[in-house]
Amino acid sequence: MVEFAMHNAWLIPLLPAIAFAAIALLLWPWPKASSTFSILMILTSFVLALAVVYGVYTQPELIEKSMVYTTRWFSMPGLRIDVGIMLDPTSAMMLWVVTLVALLVQIYSLGYMEGDPGFSSFYAYLSLFAASMLGLVLSSNLLQMFVFWELVGLCSYLLIGFWFYKDSAREAAKKAFITTRVGDFGLLIGLLSLQLIFGTLNIPELAEKAVNFQNYVSAETLTLVLVVLFLGPIGKSGQFPLHVWLPDAMEGPTPVSALIHAATMVVAGVYLVGRILFLFKEVPAAMHVVAIIGGFTAFFAATIALTQTEMKRILAYSTVSQLGYMMLALGAASLTASMFHLMTHAYFKALMFLGAGSVLHALHGKAHIHEMGGLYKKMPWTTWTFVIGALAIAGIPPLAGFWSKDEILLVVKEAAHEAPGIYTPLFWLALITAFLTAFYMFRQVFTAFFGPEKPENHPHEAPWNMRLPLIILAFFSIVGGWVGLPWLEKGFGYWVRMGEFHHAEPDYVLMGVSVLLALAGIYLAYLMYLKKAIDPDKVAEKFGVLYKLSYHKYYIDEIYLWFNQMVVDGMGKILYWVDLYIVDGIVNGIGAITRGSGAVLRYTTTGNLQTYALVIFMVIVIITLYFAFGDASFASLFLGGGK
Amino acid sequence: MFNGEVIAFAIVAFLLIFSALGVVFMRNIVHSVLFLAATFVLMAVTYLMLDAGFLAGIQLVVYAGAVSIMVVFAVMLTKRSDLHETNLFNSLTIPGAIISLLVFLGLSWVVVKTPWNIAERPLVDPMAINKIADLMFGKFVIPFEVVAVLLLVALIGAIILALEVKPQK
Amino acid sequence: MITLAHYMLLSAVLFAIGLFGVLSKKNAITVLVSTEIMLNAVNLNLIAINKYIGVDGFYGQLMAIFVIAVAAAEVGVGLGIIISMYRNKETISLDEFNFLKW
Repeated sequence: MVEFAMHNAWLIPLLPAIAFAAIALLLWPWPKASSTFSILMILTSFVLALAVVYGVYTQPELIEKSMVYTTRWFSMPGLRIDVGIMLDPTSAMMLWVVTLVALLVQIYSLGYMEGDPGFSSFYAYLSLFAASMLGLVLSSNLLQMFVFWELVGLCSYLLIGFWFYKDSAREAAKKAFITTRVGDFGLLIGLLSLQLIFGTLNIPELAEKAVNFQNYVSAETLTLVLVVLFLGPIGKSGQFPLHVWLPDAMEGPTPVSALIHAATMVVAGVYLVGRILFLFKEVPAAMHVVAIIGGFTAFFAATIALTQTEMKRILAYSTVSQLGYMMLALGAASLTASMFHLMTHAYFKALMFLGAGSVLHALHGKAHIHEMGGLYKKMPWTTWTFVIGALAIAGIPPLAGFWSKDEILLVVKEAAHEAPGIYTPLFWLALITAFLTAFYMFRQVFTAFFGPEKPENHPHEAPWNMRLPLIILAFFSIVGGWVGLPWLEKGFGYWVRMGEFHHAEPDYVLMGVSVLLALAGIYLAYLMYLKKAIDPDKVAEKFGVLYKLSYHKYYIDEIYLWFNQMVVDGMGKILYWVDLYIVDGIVNGIGAITRGSGAVLRYTTTGNLQTYALVIFMVIVIITLYFAFGDASFASLFLGGGK
Repeated sequence: MFNGEVIAFAIVAFLLIFSALGVVFMRNIVHSVLFLAATFVLMAVTYLMLDAGFLAGIQLVVYAGAVSIMVVFAVMLTKRSDLHETNLFNSLTIPGAIISLLVFLGLSWVVVKTPWNIAERPLVDPMAINKIADLMFGKFVIPFEVVAVLLLVALIGAIILALEVKPQK
Repeated sequence: MITLAHYMLLSAVLFAIGLFGVLSKKNAITVLVSTEIMLNAVNLNLIAINKYIGVDGFYGQLMAIFVIAVAAAEVGVGLGIIISMYRNKETISLDEFNFLKW
């Protein structure tokens, strides 16, 4: 079984793809059959993924040397593209995360999407989404990865705009697609440059050549290429300044948000950077860019999340913030910390989105946390699992988020020893973000689930098929981080790593500080929103401008809109004028010249035969004279012949 | 200097140019055609002087005989009773004269300046007609056939062009 | 002594006279006839060159025969056209036949 799964890992993305095709072509008239088939397929993938994880676990040699099966896609002189699967602890871990979340989301959707007219197509899209992401995870070639990357983008477009009769959903879907496209352009250029520089896009070959990259390209050029390539992950993983699509993406059905935010869409960018981290590692400047973008995004998104009132929007900004953490870890050259946080974040973020979906389901679409309150009495399961998720993201030991966040803080601190100018500010930003995270998550928890009940709400607990995924994810949110306990001899860091394994000593001071910050954030939220000891409105007034900036998301959307209207439309107007008067003018001018000269020259056509004969002989005489007295060799150019 | 050949050439050349000018300058088309016939005959004489007897014969038969008669027929078919002032100059006389003169000067310049590769002995052969026949029906038989077809086509074309067009009802 | 150049100059004179007739006469028949004079001038050239330069055969005379044949065909067709023109416009003055213009 394990052997079979290891050698046939391509089945893992194929099975959901089959589910997609079967539903789209055959099963769509029967919603029950569609969902059952889709869940069966993803369940099989999940089992296979488990087998792969076990297989990788029993073969530690895969850490150093990935297991790669490739086959020729196409080749031409100077270009050879292989596609294949690449198994190592990193991709095995991703397989586990993606199949787990996809499976749970599909089970959850049984309850959440019940009775929706597009039930079957929803499952088709979910299956395709899972298939694309699994394909991306397994890719051994960057071009292959790019194909799946775009498929992921397409699926997110389809799913965000799933309720296409809503204007906002359509707009959000377009926004997601177009914004990520901006980044994808950079990614494509980066990939092409890599192909030009190294002559290959196979990840193992690139890894071999990256060590001696000076033989191929200067460090400056490679830095530029990598920064351009990094635009793709910026767009896909919602990093500043292309994060604007991610909060709007919650217009899709909530299970989709869970899937996008936890396991599929946004982590693709982190995963891609992690896959080619060996290239970034060679040029520190590119690493610094990644780290600065990541650290800044983490802080930036957290400050926005402080003041938002829509439940899913808060979660969305927290996703942006946590992705910033992952990028920051990558920027500190730690694949371990980044992937570890990716995994734990997938647990608790999926948990919280599904919990939010449960609330929305119960309250029939009320999205603002101030309209909620006291839900814990009617919805105990949802409430307590959500609280577990919030504790996990806030970083309270021994929940999953604590260990991974601690790992990131640790690696950034270590990196600060190397380059203090870059990483020291980022380290402090990350610490503050930890505090902010705890605060805004518990602001949401205390406002929505505790406090006085709202009499106009009649919430009800979710059905079993929505509760089950919550419970499973809550379980993983608690224990999921224990694979990376700093005291373990061969923990997460032994398996998922890049380069030499070095066992970092647990830093108890840092742990204590981060726990204290998290507790302080929670306590402040408790004071402000449950105890009402501090009036939030007064605080908001006090911070006046800052509050407004945060509430309006730093006006980024408005800036983009302004940019579009002023610069893009203005350029359009100028170019329209140019087209109308200059391009058309040239074309029309040529036509007018032809017409005008024709109007004059037509009088030379007298119709008199003898005039024509006269002209012919006149020309003959002129040519003869030229031959007689001019440069004969020049004339022969026109007349042919000559010596 | 003034041997018989030179005298004969001078007389023939003078008459030839005179009659050719007559063709162009006569104001009566019938006189023009008469000068034309004279030109053709004198041309045949020139051919004889060049020891091309066969060509002289053809010239007499085809040009002086057939073409002249055809032109006379054309004049008859296209002219009314009064034949005075039927062969006038058009408005291009002066430019035409200048161009013609320039063409003549150009040709003369070429003739004088070109180093002609004159053979030591002129090609004179009493049995020339046999040689021409050999060439015509041997090496050049395909152009010969093509010219035959061309003549047939011209014959049919001339008939169709000159045919009376019946007014349609 | 009469040489090739004499015959060629005679031919040039005849050619120029024919050209003058073509360019400056109104009557279509005269124009056609003038082209015949030009063709004859060419024939004269061919035959003279055949005599004074052609050392290996009577190609010049043969070519002259072809020219005569083509000229005869041309005269036939040309006169047919002239008759047709006359039938349409009751004149053969080329000044009247200038309607192939703007």
